[in-house]
Amino acid sequence: MATLEIHDLHVSVEAENGAREILKGVDLTVKQGETHAIMGPNGSGKSTLAYSLAGHPKYTITGGTVTLDGEDVLEMSVDERARAGVFLAMQYPVEVPGVSVSNFLRTSATAIRGEAPKLRTWVKEVKSAMEQLQMDPAFAERNVNEGFSGGEKKRHEILQLELLKPKIAILDETDSGLDVDALRIVSEGVNRVRESGEVGTLLITHYTRILRYIKPDFVHVFANGRIAESGGAELADQLENEGYDKYVKGGATA
Amino acid sequence: MAEAQNIPAGSTTAGAIAVAAESTVATRMSAPPSFDVADFPVPHGREEEWRFTPLARLKGLHDGTAVADGTMKAQIDAPEGVSVESVERGDERIGKAGTPVDRVAAQAFSSFAKATVITVPKETVLAEPIRVALHGEGGTTFGHTVFDVKPFAEAIIVIDHTGDGVRAANVDILVGDGAKVTFVSVQDWDDTAVHTSQHNALIGRDASFKSVVVTFGGDLVRLHPRVTYAGPGGESEMLGLYFTDAGQHQEHRLLVTHDAPHCKSNVVYKGALQGQDAHAVWIGDVLIEKSAEGTDTYEMNRNLVLTDGARVDSVPNLEIETGEIVGAGHASATGRFDDEQLFYLQARGIPADEARRLVVRGFFAELVQQIGVDDIEERLISKIEAELQGSV
Repeated sequence: MATLEIHDLHVSVEAENGAREILKGVDLTVKQGETHAIMGPNGSGKSTLAYSLAGHPKYTITGGTVTLDGEDVLEMSVDERARAGVFLAMQYPVEVPGVSVSNFLRTSATAIRGEAPKLRTWVKEVKSAMEQLQMDPAFAERNVNEGFSGGEKKRHEILQLELLKPKIAILDETDSGLDVDALRIVSEGVNRVRESGEVGTLLITHYTRILRYIKPDFVHVFANGRIAESGGAELADQLENEGYDKYVKGGATA
Repeated sequence: MAEAQNIPAGSTTAGAIAVAAESTVATRMSAPPSFDVADFPVPHGREEEWRFTPLARLKGLHDGTAVADGTMKAQIDAPEGVSVESVERGDERIGKAGTPVDRVAAQAFSSFAKATVITVPKETVLAEPIRVALHGEGGTTFGHTVFDVKPFAEAIIVIDHTGDGVRAANVDILVGDGAKVTFVSVQDWDDTAVHTSQHNALIGRDASFKSVVVTFGGDLVRLHPRVTYAGPGGESEMLGLYFTDAGQHQEHRLLVTHDAPHCKSNVVYKGALQGQDAHAVWIGDVLIEKSAEGTDTYEMNRNLVLTDGARVDSVPNLEIETGEIVGAGHASATGRFDDEQLFYLQARGIPADEARRLVVRGFFAELVQQIGVDDIEERLISKIEAELQGSV
């Protein structure tokens, strides 16, 4: 069973006046089949955690370890992490001009699976995944994220999640900017992947709204660069009623 | 493209639409067109038409010190029915399609020994392309080639430049009434070559012309693809593709002069740049004269900067002297393959070098498909792959 273990992770970014520490000792274990919600106020470091796990070059790891089934994730390049089974659904997916969605998906699936998917089954696979996410088939011929609406970008991220079947899925504010219908469609996509029981999900969100559609096993409150409190789904209800005030007072920047 | 927000440092993407009684396209040049090199002052580099070009690398083509001391091996494959002649200066077909617009083109005109005239007879439809292979074997050469495609004939013409040397030339393409011509010029030089050339196409009534300019090699390449119309109803499509590497200067200066009514033009140039001091220049001038009612024109330049240290100057310029037109527009954008795009593709398991290939292939794909000459398309794709294997 796949296990992602984050231990005492410290991360900083280059700022105008030198390096600034954003993650200040994160400990978290995510196992295949589990869903962990990470909630927290703006600026608490949630997204930094997501991007650091995926290996974005902007972030410098200054301490701690991250392992996936005992393998050192921090030693891997960005694409090696993806091939090892770490998937990041981005809050702001990047436009890639000149590259069509269908070409991108196939290139990516080929890289992740280690061989080109058989064309006939692949076409079916993509088609049915797109139908379930209520994506227009014409989408496949558009350039990656170019001119996509916010909702289309998020559906496209979840489409990739469904096709790439990672061991660990990190969803960075996938719910932000979505209306209720889009949120439901996207959540159903995530749930389909979760139902396989083969993915460990790290659901990063600012709002509790998405947790009505995706039920977490664990909820962690993120504040000031570390996990301030952990609990079950009931912790989300508490946050819904009380907000983050209690955690922000400790000195986290908004 | 990642458009304006992504313009790399050092690039300019200026454009202008002028509605003028007097042509600034003409007045921006330091001298009017002429066949005589003496009519042009030696450029000092600050003139509008020379300000992007490193004169010192022209090997004397611009100041009269270049002498014809080189060898250019020419091989011409002409399908049956096509005539190939070597003619003396003074032949009336020479210079009919256009007049040199700068000192270098005039130098080429004043210095060539004999011109080559290749004629496709009236109503002849060629099954195979006319191929002119020019292989430089060092030194300076001057040339003049005329393609005379008679009315209702159809031809594909490919000029292929390889090897090393300093080459200044003029190419005339006479497209007869109702004729269809695809003209391909490939600049696949060694990285030390210097090449300047003016392509003059004169489009007959209801004729259609496609120009394809492909520039990969050379230390300095500076081309002037130009089109004018001899009658109404003509169409021209001008496609260009360049891949500018470290230290290379590749400059394409286009002019479409709409001087006849109901003609069309469509210009699409795309370039990728990589490496320190890679410099691409694209000047796209379209002039719609008062007589050219019913004109439909569009020009576009796209650049993709793959690494730091490269520079693009892209200047579209549209000048309109009549309001009675169907359409006129231009666009220019320079984007860069940036770290975020790379991260996104890598985060989906795609290794960095393949991510770059994916983006560049996608960038050029549509343009390559429009060329319509199979072996050129295939060669281009493999050339692009080779460039990507190279210095990145």
